[in-house]
Amino acid sequence: MNRLFLNKLILVLSTISAIIGMGFLFWILITLSIKGISSLHFDIFLKDLVNNGIRNLLVGQFTMALIATVIGVPIGMMAGIWLREYSNGSRLASIIRNLSDVMMSAPSIVIGVFVFAIIVSPINHYSGWAGSVALSIMMIPIIISTTDNMLSLVPKELREAGIALGGSKHKIILQIVLKAAKIGITTGILLSFARIIGETAPLLFTSANNAYMTMDLNGQFPSLTVSIYNLANYPDEKSRDLAWTASFVLTVIVLFINLLGRFLTRDKG
Amino acid sequence: MAKDIVMDIKDFSFRYAGANKASLKGINLPIYENKITAMIGPSGCGKSTLLRSLNRIHDLYPGNEYKGEINLLDIEKREYKNILKLKKENELIKLRQRIGMIFQKPTPFPMSIFDNVAYGLKLSGIKDKGLIQAKVEEALKGAAIWDEVKDRLKDSALGLSGGQQQRLCIARAVALKPEILLLDEPTSALDPISTGAIEELVSELKKEISIVIVTHNMQQASRLSDFTAFMYIGELIEYDKTDKIFLNPSQKLTEDYITGRFG
Amino acid sequence: MSGKLFKNFSLLFATLSLFILAGIFIVLFNYSQDAIKEFGLNFLTTDVWEVGEDDEGGVFGGFIPIVGTLLSTLIAMIVATPIALGIAIFLTEVAPEFLIKPVSISIELLAAIPSIIYGMWGLFYFAPIIQSLFGGSGMGLLTAGLVLAIMIIPFMSSITKDSMKTTPDILKESAYAMGATKFEVIKDVVMPYSKRGIIGSIILALGRALGETMAVAFLIGSVMQLPHKITDATTSIPVLLANNFAEAEDLELSSMFYLAFILFVVSFIIISSAKFFFLGRESK
Repeated sequence: MNRLFLNKLILVLSTISAIIGMGFLFWILITLSIKGISSLHFDIFLKDLVNNGIRNLLVGQFTMALIATVIGVPIGMMAGIWLREYSNGSRLASIIRNLSDVMMSAPSIVIGVFVFAIIVSPINHYSGWAGSVALSIMMIPIIISTTDNMLSLVPKELREAGIALGGSKHKIILQIVLKAAKIGITTGILLSFARIIGETAPLLFTSANNAYMTMDLNGQFPSLTVSIYNLANYPDEKSRDLAWTASFVLTVIVLFINLLGRFLTRDKG
Repeated sequence: MAKDIVMDIKDFSFRYAGANKASLKGINLPIYENKITAMIGPSGCGKSTLLRSLNRIHDLYPGNEYKGEINLLDIEKREYKNILKLKKENELIKLRQRIGMIFQKPTPFPMSIFDNVAYGLKLSGIKDKGLIQAKVEEALKGAAIWDEVKDRLKDSALGLSGGQQQRLCIARAVALKPEILLLDEPTSALDPISTGAIEELVSELKKEISIVIVTHNMQQASRLSDFTAFMYIGELIEYDKTDKIFLNPSQKLTEDYITGRFG
Repeated sequence: MSGKLFKNFSLLFATLSLFILAGIFIVLFNYSQDAIKEFGLNFLTTDVWEVGEDDEGGVFGGFIPIVGTLLSTLIAMIVATPIALGIAIFLTEVAPEFLIKPVSISIELLAAIPSIIYGMWGLFYFAPIIQSLFGGSGMGLLTAGLVLAIMIIPFMSSITKDSMKTTPDILKESAYAMGATKFEVIKDVVMPYSKRGIIGSIILALGRALGETMAVAFLIGSVMQLPHKITDATTSIPVLLANNFAEAEDLELSSMFYLAFILFVVSFIIISSAKFFFLGRESK
């Protein structure tokens, strides 16, 4: 009798946990939508922060995330390729793999402090480049891991077949193996893009923020996330409403890219 | 050496990286021109290991040791060169363009049917689109798959059935007009009908190409091949005309295997 | 591009990540030198953070932010672990087929929500609840710890779930065949089998929670004071950095770097231990 009770108990408890988890998700999304949509009007997309809009913030955040991607993806993919295709399971490869994994969970604020020290401090002003670099440092370990894992899923016979036709190793990697892993790697890139576009801490003292629209990365650069942080702490209603709207827009963007990435790797029947 | 030996394996031994013992010991095996040579034997006898040495594909994985000679006939110069001595990557590349390989699992590249067959041609430096198109068609016809795919050359190769994919891989390999074609259990993953189609194809191909086929299916070996090599725990036990091996083997071990006393 | 060049480039980029890691250690350590020379290891036990008069020097001690970091993380771990385990059990053993995908995806979406959103939501919706229950301003250790828990639950449940999934079906089936209940199979077969992975996921989540900034910054109160009650406002290392790093100068700035260095080293050790001892990754 006791056994059956314990069994029922675990069923109930685990189901409650799942409900709690899902409950929080819906609670957050619903309140976010209510608060965000109520002050959402079309012209916030046409005005910059200085005029109570978020246009420059969106452009700024996207720009830095894009630059981070341009820096981070080639570095990460090449590193992942070395790990999976060239390293032959060497000690160095193990070390790099493990340290890269550790970096994935490292505090993002520390990365901001680091980039401050190496870029912002020497030039004595904030910089959009610094923000982008900080974001790329966060992106690289994720791309390394994704590339490494996706390449490992490509069967070795495919490589052998390419070599057997007289292909050189790097051609086979670029023209066949990467192609075979294309979908998985693309999803990884999308998911990591969604992750870094929502980051705040690495930007706080690298690119800081800018209320005006600018594409000059050599100075303070507009950021959606940093703005939310600042706006939420202002006492006035207007700023807080804007913070909510910005939060809503940010969440929609992040979840959309996330779902897009998952859509790409859906089980095709 | 006899005129019709296209590849002469002499006293060949092979040890995998980090292994205690050699996987192949002192193999002596001549491969005859325009004939089908089958390699049979129980699991682990080394037949695949031997096959994969012939196009040096082991070199993808560092640390392996070769001993002995594998002499490949240079058709123009009428002389033999030991392929185990090749070290530079582009020498190995040229070797593999002369010796094709088909794997147990069909390995279509993630591209269109056309691009799959054209891939090896492009690797070998052919740029002329017209020439490539002609050779692709010729290869697909030669692999007895042209009619089935001629209207969908741009479709992904991954959409083909297993048997079709394997024939595509054969087309891909023969597009380069190799002198030797190595087949590693090419039909073990296929249904009986596809198997039959491929066996027919292989029989046709031997008119132009010398064929070495590894198989665990003895009926297939006796159906298809002209010569059969029986291997056991890394050694070549017996090698002779296929009829002789199957009807009147000289070695007891061979006879035991043929009659199913061990698998 | 030749093959050798390609190979060498890929090696170069692979080692780049090592250099970045080393760079972080070195740079943080360097910039902490002034504070280290001035305060040494007493920094860890000094609970004062004051700029000196006329901006000359000052006394800075990391005790309060360190305690805040540890306590908020502890609260988060205590609350999150059973729930995350529960979710993992639900998804691997309890949930009916049709529910697995939607629930999985929901949990993954929770993980995808940016931490600043958690901060916003926590500040305007969660803090008032804590306030009505416990009084005070609603912002403090408890609120921060609870929202932090919600944030790490998806991460922990995902790794735990993956660990539990590695239990071979045959093992579970033989237990069921002997008449074991689901609970017993989980307790006696799945848990022991995935023990390592579960502990690893807990430690890994701990490492992550230590460094969490934005959600905690909204909710912990950002006051340089030692918490005496669980609802007291206090601060943590990431929060102190987030709020005060930009304006800090000289010795205070160096002390900030000192704190960042401590945080980085501790996170690094914890996360590496989780990986090394519990979550060993296959190297090929």
